[in-house]
Amino acid sequence: MRLPCPLCGERDSGEFTYRGDATVVRPDPASPGAKEAFHAFVHLRDNPAGWHKEHWYHSDGCRSWIVVERNTLTHEVRGAVTAAAHTLARREAASGGKSSDDGSNEAPEADA
Amino acid sequence: MRYSALSIVTNALSGNRNWKPVWREPEPKAEYDVVIVGGGGHGLSTAYYLAKEFGITNVAVVEKGWLGSGNIGRNTTIVRSNYGLPGNTPFYEFSLKLWEGLEQDFNYNAMMSQRGVLNLFHSDGQRDAFARRGNAMRLEGVDAELVDQAAVRKMYPFLDFDNARFPIQGGLLQRRGGTARHDAVAWGYARGADSRGVDLIQNCEVTGFVIEGGVFKGVETTRGTIKAKKVGVAVAGSTTRVMHKTGLRLPIESHVLQAFVTEGLKPFLDGVVSFGVGHFYISQSDKGGLVFGGDLDGYNSYAQRGNLPMIEHVCEAGMSLMPAIGRARILRNWGGVMDMTMDGSPIIDKTPIDGFFLNCGWCYGGFKATPASGFCFAHLIAREEPHPVAVAYRLDRFEKGYLLDEERTGAQPNLH
Ligand SMILES: Cc1cc2nc3c(=O)[nH]c(=O)nc-3n(C[C@H](O)[C@H](O)[C@H](O)COP(=O)(O)OP(=O)(O)OC[C@H]3O[C@@H](n4cnc5c(N)ncnc54)[C@H](O)[C@@H]3O)c2cc1C
Ligand SMILES: [Zn+2]
Repeated sequence: MRLPCPLCGERDSGEFTYRGDATVVRPDPASPGAKEAFHAFVHLRDNPAGWHKEHWYHSDGCRSWIVVERNTLTHEVRGAVTAAAHTLARREAASGGKSSDDGSNEAPEADA
Repeated sequence: MRYSALSIVTNALSGNRNWKPVWREPEPKAEYDVVIVGGGGHGLSTAYYLAKEFGITNVAVVEKGWLGSGNIGRNTTIVRSNYGLPGNTPFYEFSLKLWEGLEQDFNYNAMMSQRGVLNLFHSDGQRDAFARRGNAMRLEGVDAELVDQAAVRKMYPFLDFDNARFPIQGGLLQRRGGTARHDAVAWGYARGADSRGVDLIQNCEVTGFVIEGGVFKGVETTRGTIKAKKVGVAVAGSTTRVMHKTGLRLPIESHVLQAFVTEGLKPFLDGVVSFGVGHFYISQSDKGGLVFGGDLDGYNSYAQRGNLPMIEHVCEAGMSLMPAIGRARILRNWGGVMDMTMDGSPIIDKTPIDGFFLNCGWCYGGFKATPASGFCFAHLIAREEPHPVAVAYRLDRFEKGYLLDEERTGAQPNLH
């Protein structure tokens, strides 16, 4: 499996450290229902059989956090962006701006 | 038919032409008291104990492939009860006790072999942690021995004791641990359940559930709808996919774990040994192959196959521990999909749906749990209350904060 780091190009997956689902969003602790929302954020996952947006850390490379879109059934990789770009796209989408970032495993947030 | 020395001799004399198939191939009935989804180790043992211990025999096990086609047929077969947390130790010890009488109980040779499980330690800190775990086990009546380097040298003289980076200081030994023949465990439970009237329905995938007003009514399958009063789901790595059809979101990620077997060798390793660095465990099968494995690949996967970096890592760990195996050729390697929970411990509980029970989250360690998991799940389904040794395996423990994190790594499934 090779991952396309947006900064370094395609590299062996052994250079990266996995974090997990990049679509869960850290709730606002002051919001109503924050307790349940934090439980969902920390523990509950869609765990899709198919396309999955996930955080990887390029630990043996440029040390950036990136968001990779990978198919959990085939290990095929469709693309990757920096976690920062991913967060920006999500915020833009949330504030009604245009964004190309959607799909089943949606609503990305990178400041976890 | 009951197996005995006499039945083997009689059948041999008639040219082994009169053996009967071990279980029936029934068509699904329209309705059952209980439907179990998943014909792996846990589903089959649940059906067996439902019939044998709780008198519920109008039961079907619905399996999408063939019996034992999942992780029960893919694991490294290690059986032990060396867990350290109060919620875990009694459960795994109950399981080991069931293993000890299993072959007599279900009249099938599961090749249960209590050859000893030795977990090595390589630093003072690791020794202290193992001593603590051993003491916790002994307080629960489980056997555990902390052995020093000299004792390990006597058992396995060929280990690399003076490794510059990870010298072997000693180990925590559970002599009652060992291995069992994984396929035979599935077959023994299947035969025992079938002979008590349970219908084992293969090539029948559950595609949905009939739920009316929060009450379970039946399962939809590729062979039609089957009505039932209760359902127990035990589908291991497929848990999220199956439970998705109920709308329930779970604290689970699916991950791939690989295993390896070498060509057959002469007797070389008579117990199970695990390396305390990273994760590496090895035993020798009765056919002579070295069976070994390591950590998860580490990323979400449903692919039933892993990648090369973990293969390299596992082989490197093996070489650091046991340089002598370097010339053995690997015959096969494979992967299985693990239902990894957020705290690394399993779930055996009711769900918010009436009559709907869930058994999942076995991670990479559910083979040893097969007897107790089935027994406790059958208890829960029959009596609608948890078995005393399984009370910690609640679904709501994540929300309530009562996690069972044996590895102490937090809500990060790939680290358990
Ligand atoms: C490489 C590897 C090594 C392991 N080593 C060990 C070890 O040394 N010791 C240990 O204790 N544990 C070990 N394990 C873990 C252990 O194998 C599992 O935890 C355990 O087998 C899971 O329970 P099961 O046997 O019921 O699962 P499975 O055998 O996977 O059973 C689940 C069944 O559900 C079926 N199913 C799925 N979806 C559907 C559907 N929609 N409808 C109908 N049926 C469905 C599947 O086909 C499957 O047969 C290992 C696992 C792997 C992969
Ligand atoms: Zn990079």
